[in-house]
Amino acid sequence: MSKNHHEKIEKSVGLLGIFTVIAISFGTLVQITPLMFMDETKQPIDGMKPYTALQMEGRDVFIREGCTNCHSQMIRPFRAEVERYGHYSVAGESVWEHPFLWGSKRTGPDLARVGQRYSDDWHYAHLMDPRSVVPQSNMPGYPWLDSNILDGKYTTRKLEIFRGFGVPYTDEDIAGAVDAVKGKTEMEALIAYLQSLGTALK
Amino acid sequence: MSSFWSAWIIVLTLPVLIGCFILLRWNLTNYVGVAEDETTGHIVDGLEEINNPLPKWWTYMFYATLIWSVFYLAAYPGLGNWPGFLNWTSSNQGIKNLAESRAAVEQAKADGKYVQLDVENQTAEEIYGPVFQQFAQRDVLDLAYDPAALKIGQRLYLQNCAVCHGSDARGQRGYPNLTDDDWLYGGTTDKIKETLLYGRRAAMPGWQAALGDQGIKEMTAYVLSLSGRAVNDKDATAGKAKFGMCAACHGADGKGSVAHNLPFGAPNLTDNIWLYGGSAGAIEQTLINGRYGVMPAFQDTLGKDKVHIITAYVYRLSNPEDKR
Repeated sequence: MSKNHHEKIEKSVGLLGIFTVIAISFGTLVQITPLMFMDETKQPIDGMKPYTALQMEGRDVFIREGCTNCHSQMIRPFRAEVERYGHYSVAGESVWEHPFLWGSKRTGPDLARVGQRYSDDWHYAHLMDPRSVVPQSNMPGYPWLDSNILDGKYTTRKLEIFRGFGVPYTDEDIAGAVDAVKGKTEMEALIAYLQSLGTALK
Repeated sequence: MSSFWSAWIIVLTLPVLIGCFILLRWNLTNYVGVAEDETTGHIVDGLEEINNPLPKWWTYMFYATLIWSVFYLAAYPGLGNWPGFLNWTSSNQGIKNLAESRAAVEQAKADGKYVQLDVENQTAEEIYGPVFQQFAQRDVLDLAYDPAALKIGQRLYLQNCAVCHGSDARGQRGYPNLTDDDWLYGGTTDKIKETLLYGRRAAMPGWQAALGDQGIKEMTAYVLSLSGRAVNDKDATAGKAKFGMCAACHGADGKGSVAHNLPFGAPNLTDNIWLYGGSAGAIEQTLINGRYGVMPAFQDTLGKDKVHIITAYVYRLSNPEDKR
């Protein structure tokens, strides 16, 4: 009986907890830690531009309205996806995403490369009433975005925080942030954001 | 991946596998000193503790996963920079632009790597490539009356075009009807193909500043009169006097760009087809704010061969009779 060291772990919850954390941390150390230091996951692809102030506000509208619940932003490297959506998503496209909006649910289509695919007018009509352009769509309409006016209260702060994450915003970008969004509707911001998606690798 | 991180992964992964094996062996060792299924002598509240080792089926499964993981790490890319003896990968990584992506496909082929996506694409190209090539060599007019080409064309249309022009191709407000004879940029096969490949960007400027409220009202009256609508004659005459500013794109007679062989995509104002509505209110809005219709380019997303077939399908929509 005395030789059974395993019994010590079985009888001590604290010890069991410590060993559990150690066991799990191996997975993190192997799978996640290297990604934080590899060029491939840290360097943006060619021609990447940080979100403009208006696009940044649009991104937050996208998050607030729960668009990720139905739309992913991740084209997987399968022919069926690449033919429909365009080039598969690469790590260098997500380096400035905090947090990334890859999502995992596709009730609607993937949006990773929806930028410039439709006109601004189309997006406007579609967001006001999706059935007006796609009769069989089951997406809800978002007409209130057209009457919500941005006040730019947190826009500067948002850009500053992203600069802290390493996104290359210039001082001019941050100084002009409020003016760039003030008076614009949330609809305009969201469309500006959507039109920017995936355009760097297209 | 740098050799440091490669080594990091290998040094952490392999000992974990060995550790799992040792842990399993350790747990299988009988420390309690009584045979399997015998009582250990512990009785609590009438419940007796019996020596029940880990089930055999479970233990064998654990061994199987350990053996599998060794095979897996040897066969597939998992251990740092080790590519795996199968030389397999799901897609080319570390791409910074489209040119690099295309180069990576060729490089992988030259290196004898099995890139899942590239192989899928290549297989599809071998199966469908000749079909599309065969259609690409034939004239659009020929394909427009070929049921096989039209069937492909219809599928491509529904997937890519119907979202704006409608599944019946009759368009909607802001998106032209493709089944009639009215064309903004021309309805010949060449012009349709040009529109599909490179897209179109219409620019009808807003004239509020130039015309003023009264001017907008007068111009609206004149534009309505062009298609034979009853209007206030005084307004229409005043509008006509200023129509010179519109004539550059719509033509002096208002018959539009196509009638005058101009590339602007300005609609014919003398017919009763209205892209943004033909009410006085809608025309006023067009004059005040302008219109900026966009047809996206499909050259990159679909490629020339598919556009060739869609051209035939779209041409056929307004030309049901084979007049050759």
